[in-house]
Amino acid sequence: MASAPIAVDRAGKFEKVCGILDRFARRPAGLIPILQAIQHEYQYLPEEVLTYVATSLDVPPARVFGVATFYAHFALEPKGKHVIRICDRTACHVKQSLPVLNALRQKLGTTEKSKTTADMMFTVETVACLGACGLAPVIVIDEQVHGQITPEHAVALVDDIQAQEASLQTAPAVAAEQPLAEECND
Amino acid sequence: MTNVEPLTLVSPNGNGSSMLTQVRRVVICAGTGCMANGAMKVFEQFKREMAGAGLHVLLELRPEAASDEVRLSKSGCQGFCQMGPLVSVLPDGILYTKVRSEDVAEIVHETLVAGQAVERLLYKDPSTRKSCRGITDNPFYSRQNRLVLKECGYLDPEDIHEYILHGGYRAARKAFVEMAPQEICKLILDSGLRGRGGGGFPTGRKWDAARVQNSAKKYVICNGDEGDPGAFMNRSVMEGNPHSVIEGLLIAARAIGANEALVYVRAEYPLAVERMRRAVKDAEREGILGNDVFGTGLSMKCDVMEGAGAFVCGEETAMIASIEGRRGMPTPKPPFPAQSGLWGKPTIINNVETLAHVSRILNVGPEVFRSIGTKDSPGTKTFALTGHVANTGLVEVPFGTPLREIVLNIGGGVTDDAGKIWKTGFKAVQIGGPSGGCLTEEHLELPLAYESLRSVGAMVGSGGLVVMNQGTCMVSIARFFMEFTQRESCGKCVLCREGTKQLLALLDDVIEGRADAGTLELLEKLAHAVQAGSLCGLGKTAPNPVLSTLRYFRKEYEEHIFEKRCRTGRCKALLSPEINPAKCKGCGMCLKTCPTQAITGEKKQPHHIDPELCIKCGACAKACKLHAIEGI
Repeated sequence: MASAPIAVDRAGKFEKVCGILDRFARRPAGLIPILQAIQHEYQYLPEEVLTYVATSLDVPPARVFGVATFYAHFALEPKGKHVIRICDRTACHVKQSLPVLNALRQKLGTTEKSKTTADMMFTVETVACLGACGLAPVIVIDEQVHGQITPEHAVALVDDIQAQEASLQTAPAVAAEQPLAEECND
Repeated sequence: MTNVEPLTLVSPNGNGSSMLTQVRRVVICAGTGCMANGAMKVFEQFKREMAGAGLHVLLELRPEAASDEVRLSKSGCQGFCQMGPLVSVLPDGILYTKVRSEDVAEIVHETLVAGQAVERLLYKDPSTRKSCRGITDNPFYSRQNRLVLKECGYLDPEDIHEYILHGGYRAARKAFVEMAPQEICKLILDSGLRGRGGGGFPTGRKWDAARVQNSAKKYVICNGDEGDPGAFMNRSVMEGNPHSVIEGLLIAARAIGANEALVYVRAEYPLAVERMRRAVKDAEREGILGNDVFGTGLSMKCDVMEGAGAFVCGEETAMIASIEGRRGMPTPKPPFPAQSGLWGKPTIINNVETLAHVSRILNVGPEVFRSIGTKDSPGTKTFALTGHVANTGLVEVPFGTPLREIVLNIGGGVTDDAGKIWKTGFKAVQIGGPSGGCLTEEHLELPLAYESLRSVGAMVGSGGLVVMNQGTCMVSIARFFMEFTQRESCGKCVLCREGTKQLLALLDDVIEGRADAGTLELLEKLAHAVQAGSLCGLGKTAPNPVLSTLRYFRKEYEEHIFEKRCRTGRCKALLSPEINPAKCKGCGMCLKTCPTQAITGEKKQPHHIDPELCIKCGACAKACKLHAIEGI
């Protein structure tokens, strides 16, 4: 019984990959856009998908893995539900982005090596210049850019997300019993 | 025949521009910076309030617009990101800063209806405290010479008609209909235009080298992989005036005889990717790109490709490898891409800013282009001014403008960490990103141009200018850049791959107090070896920040090594916090906050820090109201 959903999932996984491969006419030259599209679909590049791509494009798996590990944008491990990206480049660095990064890592218990929290809720990663240097230091939470951020502000933003997530889980029961919960959400 | 009407718009004299200046406009900056601060909310609020006030809102430009209509549009980055969201009202010439949606009703009633400026939303010059009504009396803008950026902050980047009405695609039409490829190359060569991406290679020569190649297939590539951290002028142009890039590509393609173009954009710039893609689609729809460009029967195809996050891909041959679906590793030159590039065909790669200059050169002629800037570096250059400076943003000035003018006059002066003006705070400017060098107080009068910068060990690079105040440790800055280039080295050349790693380790030794008398010599020797033994620009320039800081801030290195002291207090390992017994009253505040229990002491007796346990976090110094904790 237990294996059935996984099998279905796998077939579904490759079905989508096939669609993406067809979109790029299965040309090895399109490897980077293909991997980008796959990552867009799955949030990361699962190993079995990479070998599948290699076979489909008729290139050695080493070439696909080589490309997937060369570029910073490709993730070979799943990311958390909320992705926090901190710009750690020059303009942000001189405006003290490091304390922001440290505060977030401390708050969520992540490190440079293990970027994602155990509950798969948050990923904290650094990113090379977002081009919003006028607003330094900058962090991006789920594609939303926050500029001129302080460690306290960054932690407060995470608090907000955690509160939202908590209320999502308990919301139906709490909202009915305690009208106060609504005010908290504001 | 979808292209009949727009083609008539692309007329030799740009017939729509008078109409563009007559209609009243409200332009909301929709660059990444302003969008992050809520520009879209402001835009939506304007739509509602203007309709509510009975104004005829014009959301899309039409040539037959009536004079009582008010055009409400978004624009690309206006360059003054820190003060965003920006709203300008034209032709009144008013620029509002930090506009919130709550302010919109007031602007609509006061400015659009009653014709008055809303005083409190005007920019105030931090040094004189004077309000500036618009860009003409605002030193950040008035001291610039905006040619490429001008339209970024004015035209709607998502409306091709506005670009055309403003004289857009006129130069491309001329290139296709009236000019021979050879003539175009000569014109660009005569203008003296040099690559804005860093190298400064004459664009006309590059084009001519590709033009003379005998090949049926050639490519033009726009390099929008602005990997240099701290520089964002390419992002602004792609977001703010994407059609100027496409027009530049069209002209370049015509000049070398290519029929395929590609725009390679950094993946960190989603908005630029989106706007470039939309611009390509619009240009195809209007018949500007496609199988019959301007009715000449020539074809032109343009694609937009997203990079995947590798700094080295800014290098031409590495970018080509990336486009071909391989790891972005550079190859030796020659053969140059102009001879054998993408898929082995003649290819030219030009920076976004370079291409954005091209249409103007065709329109005004090489003499006018040359009339500003210096003899060897003509025209204007956009610098991204960031760091410890009052006005951060994009600054377009003629080549040859002294550093002082940019940092102190346009930038409004150096600031402290809290953002307050610090009159004596200037320490250095890092120019050209991780490949560049430092400029110090002695260079304030230096005219910024390709040759003058090279002579002092720096480079124009892509034009990032990061201002650093006296509180910045230059050894840490060198380490910071080295950490970046070390990480971004593609690994092909041993000296770049291993050498940058060792340079980083040596800098760590300096910062963490392990360095000795031989370290500096070794640093210099290795830096020169990495320069000599690397294939591409990344490795050749990676040691620049080290060499440049060693040249101008050697004393700071020596303090770290021989006195085990960092004058800014930023190097934690060199700190030795102590409690001054004369000041300590034994209140216990520090003892309570210390995360490692390194502080001991009886109540009301001077406390003591155990250096073995202390992690130099500085929490005690913050907690102590008597400032008894010293050395941190």
